[in-house]
Amino acid sequence: MNSSRRYFLKVAGLSGFALAAASGAQAAQAVLSPAPAGKGAYASDKGALRAKRWAMVIDTRRLTSPEALRPIVEACHAAHNVPTIPGPQEVKWIWDDTFHHAFASDPNPVLPKDVEERRYLMLCNHCTSPSCVRVCPVKATYTTAHGLVAQDYHRCIGCRFCMAACPYGSRSFNFQDPRPFLKDLNAEYPTRMRGVVEKCTFCAERLEKGLLPACVEASDGAILFGDLMDPESTVRKALAENFSMRRKPDLGTDPGVYYII
Amino acid sequence: MYNAKYIIPGLVIFAGIVTLPFWINLCSPAYVYPDVAKPQGQVTLQGGSEPVTVNAGDACVEPGAWMRANHMSLLLDWRDAALREEKRVYVASDGREWNTSLQNTCMACHGNKADFCDKCHDQNSVNPYCWDCHVVPQGNNHEFK
Repeated sequence: MNSSRRYFLKVAGLSGFALAAASGAQAAQAVLSPAPAGKGAYASDKGALRAKRWAMVIDTRRLTSPEALRPIVEACHAAHNVPTIPGPQEVKWIWDDTFHHAFASDPNPVLPKDVEERRYLMLCNHCTSPSCVRVCPVKATYTTAHGLVAQDYHRCIGCRFCMAACPYGSRSFNFQDPRPFLKDLNAEYPTRMRGVVEKCTFCAERLEKGLLPACVEASDGAILFGDLMDPESTVRKALAENFSMRRKPDLGTDPGVYYII
Repeated sequence: MYNAKYIIPGLVIFAGIVTLPFWINLCSPAYVYPDVAKPQGQVTLQGGSEPVTVNAGDACVEPGAWMRANHMSLLLDWRDAALREEKRVYVASDGREWNTSLQNTCMACHGNKADFCDKCHDQNSVNPYCWDCHVVPQGNNHEFK
């Protein structure tokens, strides 16, 4: 056989290239299509409430006294296992405060007496441009496709950047295990653990079941909830017929909670 | 070799210590899957127009052997689908539709955490942090009294 050095190098090079190509293709296939972890598929509940942009309208004319607000706050905190911790370590999803604390950006010096003396419900505004989401270093808090600012407690590292970024004070930190401060536990909802930040979710878990948020249900019609992008929705009609305000709109976060004054 | 009478026995002892886990494993009895608690209770399914009630004796979300090996990744997938994509219904490989909830779906049948979850996890020294936040069903609650 007339075997030359040149022929040997040709065959060796071709064989090496074929081997490398085969193993490379195999590796690429493994990377591009990994074995699925779950066997099944995922879907939304057929009865789930859907909106392009969820919004809440609070009729403050009907909710004036602390007594009127207490059942709403209690309904929310009982449904979501929010603890009652006395002192500066309080955890809250929805709470009430004065006009000057709620609408802090330079109010007029003279205001109607009833407007100034009312208590105002406050909660997470589920902003369109939420500053808390921008600063979260681990993407634990994020916006959903339907205009909710949601949070994944599994991923929260407790850095509290979001608390510093939120202009509404809507976020609370668990400095300690909240469970000793929970009397009646709702067994259908989780608690939180020490070292995570928590806040109102607009009752994402209830919307998925076709239910309105717990505060809306407890308010006896004084709080409305619906799709801001739907001209026929209750919130759009209420906003079209009444004068309303939002908290700190000048900051450009586009909050989703409206107050009828 | 210089000082061979010390170095060679030393190397033999070193190799023996390094490979000790393999020797212990060879001598110890084979791993026996712990006898976990049988599921009890019932859970309501999502599928169709009418909710269907499934008893604990029926099949799990997926076949038992698959669940035993893959329940942790399935739970992580459930979490991500529910929270990030707002999809809270799991369509299993047999077509049944389940609510993706550890607390309300899994624990409806496997409520006996101490004899179900903990038995395997303890034996394998696994410490998942599920129950720091998720609530164990009443009556089987170590954290709450």
